[in-house]
Amino acid sequence: MTRCIRHAAAFCALLLLALLVNATRVQVVQSDSLDHNPANRRQAIVRFGQPRGDIVVDGRAVTGSKDTGEQLRYERTYKNGPLYAPVTGFASQVYGTSFLEEAEDDILSGTDPMLAPLPLWNDVTRAQNPGGKVVTTIRAPVQQAAYAGLGGKRGAVVAVEPATGKILALVSAPSYDPERLSGTSRPVADAWTELNGRPSRPMLNRAIRQTYPPGSTFKVVTAAAALDAGVVTDPDEPTKSPSPYTLPGTSTQLTNEVDGCTNASLRTAFVWSCNTVFAKLGVDTGLSAMVDTARNFGFNDRGLRIPSPVAASTFDTSLDKAQLALSSIGQYDTRATPLQMAMVSAAVANGGSVKSPHLVERTTTADGDVVDTTGTRTLRQAMNPGTAVRLREMMTEVVEKGTGANAAIPGATVGGKTGTAQHGVDNAGTPYAWFVSWAQGADDPEPSVAVAVVVEDASADRGDISGGGSAAPIAKAVMEAALSGGGPR
Amino acid sequence: MTGTGAGTAPPAVPAVRVPRRRGTELALLVVAVLLSVYGYCDVGLARNGTVPPGAAGYGAGLGVLALLAHLAVRFRAPYADPLLLPIAVLLNGLGLVLIYRLDLETPNDEAAPAQLVWSTIGVALFTAAVLLLRDHRVLQRYAYLSVVTALILMIVPIFFPAVNGARIWIRFGGFSIQPGEFAKILLAVFFASYLAANRTALAHTGRTLGRFRRLQLPTGRVLGPLVAIWLLSVGVLVLERDLGTSLLFFGLFVILLYVATGRTGWIAVGLLLAAFGAFAVGSLEPHVHSRVQDWLHPFASIDAGEGPNQLAQSLFAFAAGGMLGTGLGLGHSILIGFAAKSDFILATAGEELGLAGLCAIFLLYALLVERGYRAGLALRDPFGRLLAVGLASIIALQVFVIAGGVTGLIPLTGMAMPFLAQGGSSVVTNWIIVALLIRVSDSARSQPVGEAVR
Repeated sequence: MTRCIRHAAAFCALLLLALLVNATRVQVVQSDSLDHNPANRRQAIVRFGQPRGDIVVDGRAVTGSKDTGEQLRYERTYKNGPLYAPVTGFASQVYGTSFLEEAEDDILSGTDPMLAPLPLWNDVTRAQNPGGKVVTTIRAPVQQAAYAGLGGKRGAVVAVEPATGKILALVSAPSYDPERLSGTSRPVADAWTELNGRPSRPMLNRAIRQTYPPGSTFKVVTAAAALDAGVVTDPDEPTKSPSPYTLPGTSTQLTNEVDGCTNASLRTAFVWSCNTVFAKLGVDTGLSAMVDTARNFGFNDRGLRIPSPVAASTFDTSLDKAQLALSSIGQYDTRATPLQMAMVSAAVANGGSVKSPHLVERTTTADGDVVDTTGTRTLRQAMNPGTAVRLREMMTEVVEKGTGANAAIPGATVGGKTGTAQHGVDNAGTPYAWFVSWAQGADDPEPSVAVAVVVEDASADRGDISGGGSAAPIAKAVMEAALSGGGPR
Repeated sequence: MTGTGAGTAPPAVPAVRVPRRRGTELALLVVAVLLSVYGYCDVGLARNGTVPPGAAGYGAGLGVLALLAHLAVRFRAPYADPLLLPIAVLLNGLGLVLIYRLDLETPNDEAAPAQLVWSTIGVALFTAAVLLLRDHRVLQRYAYLSVVTALILMIVPIFFPAVNGARIWIRFGGFSIQPGEFAKILLAVFFASYLAANRTALAHTGRTLGRFRRLQLPTGRVLGPLVAIWLLSVGVLVLERDLGTSLLFFGLFVILLYVATGRTGWIAVGLLLAAFGAFAVGSLEPHVHSRVQDWLHPFASIDAGEGPNQLAQSLFAFAAGGMLGTGLGLGHSILIGFAAKSDFILATAGEELGLAGLCAIFLLYALLVERGYRAGLALRDPFGRLLAVGLASIIALQVFVIAGGVTGLIPLTGMAMPFLAQGGSSVVTNWIIVALLIRVSDSARSQPVGEAVR
């Protein structure tokens, strides 16, 4: 019997061994894949178990956190949600994150290893850092001026500081309150469905995620290419440009909105926005020079991040001459984001140098210790500095005596360019009104703000839609806000 | 070990009594109580940053229970194995900590107070059993009374409504007890008694089955009643859908039959029958079939968009614990749902104490089982040996069936983790099992050295 008892004991030992081996399998070998199973709610519980770090505008948090006491405990709140929605994006328990909430999620949620006091410290202690802060480059008065200027009309405004690339305002309208997407309750799902279903697409960030035909504002790029390529050496010399202009290889005739474009000088054509002159100028400059200049301004760059990804603005690289002519006046399939056109304007204001646009000034720990700063970085040289000086003069004249008079600010130097972009089949859509500009205060050594405004107001009378009429006043308000203390610190 | 030099020493050697080790037991009990109190405080500190208000009361309560049990052992079973009682106290204390910890997640459904009452009843019965039962051989007389009572206890719940798919509870006046839990002790007593009385007949008489000498079948007259009882009990359990207990009874029956007769053939036959039975039940009975499917594909419900089932949640909990665990009070095993405090309590231990804590708990059970087997080896009377082996095997099989179930090693069957899980009947039963083990180990260790053990 003793022998049998020993056998039975050995059997029990075998059962124990099986349990130990299996526990090791689950807890060590498979633990990683089980932890990351999407149905495992633990990561979400930990993620929402502490307040999320704040996004800061002008020294004040525009976000907050609310303790719900539920399983996913802290919900995001927003102060002035619709105003800052294109900057912050949303942080939802159910629908994830977008824009800065997404791009800086590691900092805000506290998972970024850089927030830890020591490397690997958190892996050892299983501690979680409090969420860090994201300090934006946005200036509240500039943002508010832009938002108020659009007044709910569909469109977008971007203001950047030319010398640094700091984004001072990033507005998209119509907007929405991202707080409606915080939490797990039924109204959150309803809000999601409603916001996605609305034809005005309030969650679309038109400033960086939507491209428009830039229309005449693209003439800045064409002018820069023509001057840099030596096609035009003296902006005041008459060009050989017929009006109307027959597109090469076709019988299509291109006309102008204004008179006096026949053989107009580059300066005159720029100030009065002559389509015929610029269409021919683009063809004379040639495809490869046009493509190069457009690329140097930032077109065709699919990797731009601010740090949220920016939709690529495009200038087609294979065009026949007729298409090139249309592309050179910002039509055909040339498309640009409002941010891209702000970069174009900023490049002119900044001596031809395009600074990397950015929205985050620095990230810090919850206590304010700096984790990372975004420095000024030159993306590319878009044009020769001399060309930039000439373009600056021409843009100033647009405001002083041309189509952009509505943007003039007493006591400041303002340069601008209007645009009215046709779109739709046979140009049947309501045209987009564009205005790109920069402004230099009386005491400032350099232009301190560059702005791009696009208005796509479908309800407006077609005749009223023009860059000078709809968009320039908005740009003016934004530049005024930037110049009067709301500008760079 | 007491049974040294088994069968070799001549009877003339003077009787030298083994050390009693009651001081060791008391010291270990202090450690067990302190560990439990520490765990209790740790939960409060981790959750609220303060020591829970009931900490002193909890410590005092557990301490008094432990002291009571210790005094009973000291007076009436002075030679008993000094490890049994501290292990039981530690596991029971740890169980209370885990249930208290889970109660924090379900403020409207607190189970710890009731569990404390049941633990008190369990210790009271333990004390009573140690005080009143002077010699385990007395139980042998009540073998048939035991089996009749066991069958009645098992049949009664059929007349009560099913709870969560199993008819194993009887309810009255707000209380619910699981009579099947008590039946397992009674059946162990019966099996041990019957096999001890008939082991010669079982082992050495009967016809051989063809040329296979190892498959010598005993006469039906001897084997018949045994098989009948076993079949009856398993049949009832299948009716009640109590899978875990059917598996337990089957394992108990096979182990005791093997130990009593020493015939490997029985195990072969048993395993064959079991495999056949398991396959038949597993593919035909829908309740069991779904359990088997869950075991084979624990994440099927996730893929089907229905969210993780209990087993998947349990695996998530174990994985979240990793090597060292999240710390008491800091895990999320409550995601498992309604059975988190009972069948799945081990998942909380795995998540919050980690693989390290889980191994410690398994080793505590293993020590308990090993001490039972050791008593069985040291005893002289066949009934005592079989009883010790039977009781120890009940613990071992329970732990394996439920721990293997919640960790995905075997299909999940409802069963309580001894001492750890919420469940009054289970706690009380396990305290009685420990009382009986104390009794047999006392007998085993008080035997003079040199008395032969076969």
